[in-house]
Amino acid sequence: MRVYTFTEEPYPEAWIEGADSLRVTLPNKLLDPARAADRYHQYLDQWQMSDELGLDIFVNEHHSTSTCMTASAPLILGMLARTTKRARLLGLGFPIGNRGNPVHVAEELAMIDVISRGRLEMGFVKGVPYEVHPANTNPVQLGERFWEAHDVIMKAMTTHDGPFSWEGKHFQYRNVNIWPRPFQQPHPPVWISCNSVSSVRPVAERGYVLGTVMTGYKAKDLFDEYRAVWAESAHPAPMPLDRLCYAGFLGIGDTQAEGFRRAEMVAQYLRTNAIVGEPFRNPPGYIPSAVGARMVKQTGTMTFQAHHLLAKDGSPLGNFNEAGVEEMIAGGLMFTGTPDQVYDQIVDFFDTMGGFGQLILMTQAGDMSAADATGNIALFAKEVLPRLQELIRTRSREMGLAPEPAVA
Amino acid sequence: MPDALAESGSMIQVAGIATEVVRRGSGRPLLFLHPELGLDPEAPVIDRLAQRFAFVGPSHPGFGHSARPGWLTSVDDLSYFHLDLLDALDLRDVVLVGVGFGGWIAAELAVKCQDRISHLVLANPAGIKTGGPEDRDMQDIFSMSEETLLAASFADPAAWSFDPRTASEDAIHVKLRNRESVTLFAWSPYMYSPNLVHRLHRIRVPSLVLWGTSDDIAPESYGRAFCGHIGGARFEPVEGAGRFVHIEKPDTFAGRIEAFVDG
Repeated sequence: MRVYTFTEEPYPEAWIEGADSLRVTLPNKLLDPARAADRYHQYLDQWQMSDELGLDIFVNEHHSTSTCMTASAPLILGMLARTTKRARLLGLGFPIGNRGNPVHVAEELAMIDVISRGRLEMGFVKGVPYEVHPANTNPVQLGERFWEAHDVIMKAMTTHDGPFSWEGKHFQYRNVNIWPRPFQQPHPPVWISCNSVSSVRPVAERGYVLGTVMTGYKAKDLFDEYRAVWAESAHPAPMPLDRLCYAGFLGIGDTQAEGFRRAEMVAQYLRTNAIVGEPFRNPPGYIPSAVGARMVKQTGTMTFQAHHLLAKDGSPLGNFNEAGVEEMIAGGLMFTGTPDQVYDQIVDFFDTMGGFGQLILMTQAGDMSAADATGNIALFAKEVLPRLQELIRTRSREMGLAPEPAVA
Repeated sequence: MPDALAESGSMIQVAGIATEVVRRGSGRPLLFLHPELGLDPEAPVIDRLAQRFAFVGPSHPGFGHSARPGWLTSVDDLSYFHLDLLDALDLRDVVLVGVGFGGWIAAELAVKCQDRISHLVLANPAGIKTGGPEDRDMQDIFSMSEETLLAASFADPAAWSFDPRTASEDAIHVKLRNRESVTLFAWSPYMYSPNLVHRLHRIRVPSLVLWGTSDDIAPESYGRAFCGHIGGARFEPVEGAGRFVHIEKPDTFAGRIEAFVDG
């Protein structure tokens, strides 16, 4: 199993009590550039350490927000491509429906792949609703723009005999001919994130890695759909475990108390993530109107937010932005406690999901100090990661799944 | 388009596009191009206008229960669609009326072809850019809460109250669909066509610009500037109404149109 460590590079000094929105409209005068520089260096050090400890690296991007200073995932991955030695570099990722020019995306990602000597994992995301205003892109056409951008990027990465032209609905080019081409052939592994069952099919049909974030036990429905579509597509059986990725949150310590203390800090992310002004939560067209109408009817409000957490047995645990650490554990979002407890929780979640081969863990959030964040990462790498890899090898054999390649 | 909606009874085909149309009354045809809110078939203004005119109120493609083909993505496309509709129904000597977003479409139509139009009435129209890059001609409805939007749009926000707990799923769907479609057409450039202002001089039919003075989305100066680009057009403020005079002051709205056409 590959395990990726993750921070959104928050700037918690600007998480103001009672603010209407930590996104889109929060004035950047609240950011002290010198403090921001310290934080960027702290976060880069954590990823560097992950590389040295046998973990992999996950970076995403958001815009106009104090919850995430990674305004460009390629920029951070470009630095890490040079400074790290072995970790897979996962961007999940690149909001290609919001980026104006997919050819530039293809160029930047090819550079990262070449500089890292083939360590890029290339994740495409539609982006959360609050990315629409900063990107200024039309939310109604986000889905079709996403897939056309995907088509342009894949063609740019796999065309090696000189220029091609593209005259599509959203993008037009007379001369696409990227230099460099990617290090990995025919292209870096592709990931796409999904949080609803209805968007799984095109990902599974292409055999891309499905990543899901903040879904808890609802991830089971997505994974089941992926496995079903995989089975009916022309893919080799059995399906490798590494086609599925789950993203959760980590608070681990030598004692249970220390694990919970760290989990409380990581939980700040879940509690601040959804503080966003009403007009930016559901831009028109982001959710198809027929689906939206059902959700409005169910919730009785035009401004619904879908943040509810379910327990393993399907019972509701409330909204995750208001949940305590115990509920987050019960909802499969947070893995918390001593190394034994964390291991047991992940194994139980793995078995409930029917297996997955890649795991993203948010290891730092909020004002969690560098010492706690590196403690979180180091203890997991030392005490949990080797056992987890052994277990996954065993489970793969038991479940008749294709063996995983050895992790470098 | 949702399947269940295709059976709502007032659907016609316009250039291959299934279109919902409210038709009421007889006499001189009045083509009503609805605003960003869509068209409520029960709106009192329809019966009021139908006392004098043959009221024709289509839902634009993507609004109400009208289909929208994937290629149809601009107000330019919408203006050609409504020219097709005038042809399809063979309407002549038409009083063309557009409110808000519908006023933008009406102006885009009129600069292209006025063969079937006798009079143009625009109420709080959108569609042009009057200021510089840092001037926001119209407040951004896509960055407002529902409550702020209603307060800015109406003299009395209760005129358009909507309770999702009691509304039917179809009514909610239409409301979301209208908002989705106005976003598609008006997101960026926001509520204007860069070249429309340079084409308004082509409008030769008698034109009236009504302006609900409680509109806090666009200022009256915007309406007066719009009017100033149409040769000989008349500007009439309407007190006690915001952006949607036809909803808040239906009698005044219809009366002003009648007087203008008779004048």
